[in-house]
Amino acid sequence: MNIKWIKIKSLKLLAILFSAFFIASCGSGGDKQREPEITVDMTEIDQELFEDIDEAKKIFYSLPSPLETAMLIRSAGAQYDAELLNSVDNAQNYTTNKSMALNLGIYTCDLSFASLYDQTQASISYMGAAKKMADGLGILDAIDEKTIENLEENINNREKIMDIVSETFLNSSAFLKENDRAALSAIVLVGGWMEGLYIATELVNRGTFEDNKLVIRIVDQKLSLEIVMKLLEENQSNPDVAGLIEEISELKAIFDQIKIETSVIEPVHDPETNVTTLKSKSQSNLTPELFIELSEKVRSLRNTFVL
Amino acid sequence: MKKVLKITIITTAVLLVFPLISHAQCKAFAKKICKEELSPYTHDGNYHAAILTEGEEAELYKTFYSDQDYRISICGSGNLPDVEFKIMDASKNVLYNNRNSNYSGIWDFKLESSQQLKIMVKIPAGDASEEPTSGCVAIMFGFKVK
Repeated sequence: MNIKWIKIKSLKLLAILFSAFFIASCGSGGDKQREPEITVDMTEIDQELFEDIDEAKKIFYSLPSPLETAMLIRSAGAQYDAELLNSVDNAQNYTTNKSMALNLGIYTCDLSFASLYDQTQASISYMGAAKKMADGLGILDAIDEKTIENLEENINNREKIMDIVSETFLNSSAFLKENDRAALSAIVLVGGWMEGLYIATELVNRGTFEDNKLVIRIVDQKLSLEIVMKLLEENQSNPDVAGLIEEISELKAIFDQIKIETSVIEPVHDPETNVTTLKSKSQSNLTPELFIELSEKVRSLRNTFVL
Repeated sequence: MKKVLKITIITTAVLLVFPLISHAQCKAFAKKICKEELSPYTHDGNYHAAILTEGEEAELYKTFYSDQDYRISICGSGNLPDVEFKIMDASKNVLYNNRNSNYSGIWDFKLESSQQLKIMVKIPAGDASEEPTSGCVAIMFGFKVK
């Protein structure tokens, strides 16, 4: 056998394999002209946004993190209600990868919720529950004893606590992605997103529907649901994800009945603050009846996740 | 035959280990460089990073919520040229292009109504006669706690 020939072939093979790791095809998109319509139906447009996805490009679907979800609930003026959160005692019941991943997201959302409302003891307890889930999934060093100690030492410093929660979530999701466990990372995100939706719908149920800012936040989740579905479909070869797609599809059927209309966005830059405001108006047709249907479906799905 | 075996082992080892090293370096880069750029905004905790080569593009889809203050931080490792990014709405209108801001790596914005936006990131193609450079690109988001 000709060794030199083998060397060349091997080097070629090496080059091809390396290329497979790095090369994604290039596409270009020119700046489009603004469309003349004043209002657009987001239901159709959201699908259009995904239509020209080039399969070979690197695509990210970003769901609101548990921390952002909790912040959105708080900024809508909602009150803290410990009864809505998943009991930390349930942590021992989660033994499958799917249940641990879902509840890592759920407990991280509860941890964020408790932290934002300065619920110190609850924050520590939920960090412990999240640690149990992360350990069960074999996520190394995302949440260690030092993290808990750090949380305890800074328990009255909300900003620092936010940093700790954000850091632990980054470590967990980065670990899963780095170790080719993107499906589990997607399940974690869906768990956190569903917990936020559950807390928000239950809080509306305990208050009033009219002029409730949380209702707007719940309607907004129709936009994130499109991303939830894309994220799950990307990982649908995983049986746990495939099951989750079926469950979330039932929720999507209800969200599909909600229509959101939005005006054309006009970006206005403020040179003093260097902040751009994306000016636009939107409205939806969510009725109290449809909201009840939605909140019942959310409750039933979330309860299957925490059982 | 020994040489064939050696090449096979080295190739396998490189293919197995290299992505892990790259990913680990990417995470460290995202945390140390890109996340720092978010200050004084609070990082949302999400992690989006990939190894890109000159001429390549990446896209990110995310819903941004009304009445929230956001900062996007996009950065590429030092060996890469300036990273170009633009923000598009659901009707594919370009709302921001960092080419018009001297390739700034951050963009601060807020929205009057919630929107699903697309972020397109591109590493400009280098000199065709030279080997294209690869490096880590991270996309991170921060918000103001209210």
